Amino acid sequence: MIIHFTLNGENKNLDCAPDCRVVDLLREELGHTGTKEACGSGECGACTILVDGISKLSCLMLAAQLEGHAVTTIEGMSKGEELHPIQKSFVEKGAVQCGFCSPGMVMATADLLQRNPSPDRKEIREALSGNLCRCTGYQKIIDAVESAAAEMRDDA
Amino acid sequence: MTGPLTPIGTSLKRTDGPSKIRGLEKYAADYYPANFLWADVKRSDHPHALIKGIDLSHVRGLPGVLAVLTHEDIKGANRIGVPEMDQPVLADQKVCYKGDPVVLVLAENKAVMQEALHKIEIDYEVLPAVFDPEDALAEGAPVLHENRSGKNLLIGGAIEHGNGMEAFQVCDAIVEAEFDLPYQEHAYLETEAGIACVDDEGVLEITASTQTPWRDRNELAYALGLPVDSIRVIAPYLGGGFGGKDGITVQGLLGLAALHSNGRPVKMWTSREESFLASTKRHPGRVHYRVGCKEDGTLHAVSCRIVLDTGAYASLGGPVLALAMEHAAGAYRIPHALVEGFCVYTNNPVSGAFRGFGAPQVLAGLEQIIDMLADKIRMDRLEFRLKNVVSRGDETGCGVWMSNSTGIIPCLEKVKEHPFWVQQEEWVNQAGPFKQRGVGIAAGLQGTGYGPMVADIANAKIELLSDGHFRIYSGVADMGQGNNPTNVQIAGEVLGQAADYFELLQPDTACSLPSGSSSASRTTYTFGNALKTAATILKERILTRACNMGLGIYAEDLLLSSGKVFHLTSGREIPLANIAASMSPEERISSYAYTAPVAKHPDSAGSAIRAAGFPHRVFAFACHLARVEIDALTGEVEVCDYLAVTDAGRVLNPQIYEQQVQGGAVQGMGYALWEDFRVENGEVLTRNLASYILPTSMDVPDILSLPVETVEETGPFGMKGLGEIVINLPLPAIANGVAWALGRHIFTSPLTAERILLTMEKRQAE
Ligand code: FES
Ligand code: FES
Repeated sequence: MIIHFTLNGENKNLDCAPDCRVVDLLREELGHTGTKEACGSGECGACTILVDGISKLSCLMLAAQLEGHAVTTIEGMSKGEELHPIQKSFVEKGAVQCGFCSPGMVMATADLLQRNPSPDRKEIREALSGNLCRCTGYQKIIDAVESAAAEMRDDA
Repeated sequence: MTGPLTPIGTSLKRTDGPSKIRGLEKYAADYYPANFLWADVKRSDHPHALIKGIDLSHVRGLPGVLAVLTHEDIKGANRIGVPEMDQPVLADQKVCYKGDPVVLVLAENKAVMQEALHKIEIDYEVLPAVFDPEDALAEGAPVLHENRSGKNLLIGGAIEHGNGMEAFQVCDAIVEAEFDLPYQEHAYLETEAGIACVDDEGVLEITASTQTPWRDRNELAYALGLPVDSIRVIAPYLGGGFGGKDGITVQGLLGLAALHSNGRPVKMWTSREESFLASTKRHPGRVHYRVGCKEDGTLHAVSCRIVLDTGAYASLGGPVLALAMEHAAGAYRIPHALVEGFCVYTNNPVSGAFRGFGAPQVLAGLEQIIDMLADKIRMDRLEFRLKNVVSRGDETGCGVWMSNSTGIIPCLEKVKEHPFWVQQEEWVNQAGPFKQRGVGIAAGLQGTGYGPMVADIANAKIELLSDGHFRIYSGVADMGQGNNPTNVQIAGEVLGQAADYFELLQPDTACSLPSGSSSASRTTYTFGNALKTAATILKERILTRACNMGLGIYAEDLLLSSGKVFHLTSGREIPLANIAASMSPEERISSYAYTAPVAKHPDSAGSAIRAAGFPHRVFAFACHLARVEIDALTGEVEVCDYLAVTDAGRVLNPQIYEQQVQGGAVQGMGYALWEDFRVENGEVLTRNLASYILPTSMDVPDILSLPVETVEETGPFGMKGLGEIVINLPLPAIANGVAWALGRHIFTSPLTAERILLTMEKRQAE
């Protein structure tokens, strides 16, 4: 079937099997390998993307569910070399180690900061609890989200 | 534009950050070459069985299936592993655990793959199996590998120091206990992955998520029957490793697949379930301790019996046991010791390397025993440790000589001064209703490097490029710990360049130089040493050439800085690009081989244990403190505060240092409290991240990390390995806190809510 959606602002009309998982569509068909897969069953958050600005697990979505929606992946967060404030603070604060969880963390953070521009550390910990990280112990990720929130408030 | 200089000791932002955070860094799992085929395997359904026949008739003709391969298609020895080559790429006569790969399929897509794997029929003759390592050692137990003289004993031996067991007769207090240690699954987010193809020249090229590109190449040559120089292994950034990719995972299968794919590239990427089934784990085991001291608190004797279950194949079980034994007396001076160790084959999944490498298992037991002994003689737990820990020049109870920097005393002193320790009673007494609190500490050490098992060598290579930038050829994979960015910082310091004057090539057997594995707390220590000297040699060449070019008379008058060489007295300068242009390509490349120092062999350990890497020479030390609170209704343990004081020598980059400490402490909390990997009769019961509970952001506190900066003369800029010491102590520190809260020790971990509730019930019943 043909599905129509926007990916990072670009129109896409794609012919694909309706039962194709969104994570596979993004990675294999569209070469957007920034979206990771680490469990395939909704338990790790590595595959998090934004659909109409809301965080979704792309390993649990089928291509047909994208029809008419706006998808943002990690590749759509920066403008060329210029990092999104969330990405920038992840790098600055040392929140990236192996980096395999990082795209999903950034997308989950984007969703959080839209809903709550000034989360405290506990709220950040709660909001990111669906995103597993095996490297960092989370602390620097929490630091990064705190600092990104502050920066984005200042900019707003 | 030139960035600022970021000397050693400052937090240079990791150079791998931007590409990773933009989603542009390509991990092994991210390659989908044009026209690729999926490869996957049919695994054994039995823990121990003879393969009587394999029926592929329903599979071979399936549309979309390109090849179906068995051990008969393997031209080489069909054995991988190091140091013991006992694991088949594809099982031949028999299978030894539920998960052994038997048939390899190449298919156009995953749907066809599923169908093909389903339709393969394997005829087995089931053999008696053995699942408990003690049973496996017993006379008459089913034998896994018939060709071994020691039957199921992979490696065993003893360390004897002083009078061994006799010394207990003169102890005033003795404590004895047996600890049950669980499996731990690495659960790196990137499961085993890679691609392979045979290029036009006939070279088998494998890009894999691996900590060991150099070793892989040798093993693959032997297993698949290829010359070493017809194999190329590339190791991109890993999505986590922690020891689980210390050796071949999918590489053997990928290589075999690419040799039968009609020139098409092949890709493997294990599902989480398959990763849980077939990847190595931390060795589960039993550790029996007896420790005695004098009335005044002087430790006098220790005996320890360690039994580790290595599962169906050796993997790195030998060195893991040797390291466990070496660390069994911890960082204590104990004049008399007897440590016995056994690493045993069973029909369970394979255990292998995991951050800490045997040390977490023994320190889990020892550090609880030390607390119990302190209680018994009514001595303060921290003072008891302070009284007995090693200083430089001492030997540990295992006869390991502390010849190098030894900072355990300052680690303990920092904890002693900290409010978490000073105010322990107040904090415990402030527990709310239905809460029980405790404060626990643990101390320990971790060897850096391989020990005298194999030469611990890194070959660094660095090049001045024609545009005046530099390229570092990394020889050791970066699994997330940040050795690559640290390499930039080290070379930047030597060459006076800002980070943006470097590009970094990932390990690639075709262009970097053999530098060993990313493991054993050696990665930055060994490669960093090699790189520092390689960069120094290159610097001398550049300055000499600048003199040749008329910039000055003496190299001492010149300053190398970002992109140029300055003449200090005249202020004149030459761009590095001009200097590069006057150098031959060979001159612009500098390489240096560094060999890590090894200890003299003390005669306290048997030959098998020495051959497996006993003893080390350079050690990191730490003391951890955990404030824990138990919910008396649910049994759940909350770690409220956590302090990690570490001596890993000089801190090269405070941010990367903290990353290791925080991440390691949390991985250790998982080991202590939640990560319950269940295997019953050889069957893995824990198959996904829903049942294997990793710490989430909500489960853990912020970690307070305090470095003790000794200067390790042998390390680059005074550092020593940090990656492993951080995981050795969370389990005993938390267990000691829990024991305070409950009034008794629990000898089986993880300390799940269920186990805690059970203990509380038992205690009430008494
Ligand atoms: S891959 Fe989607 S939640 Fe893990
Ligand atoms: S940085 Fe490795 S999993 Fe998060």
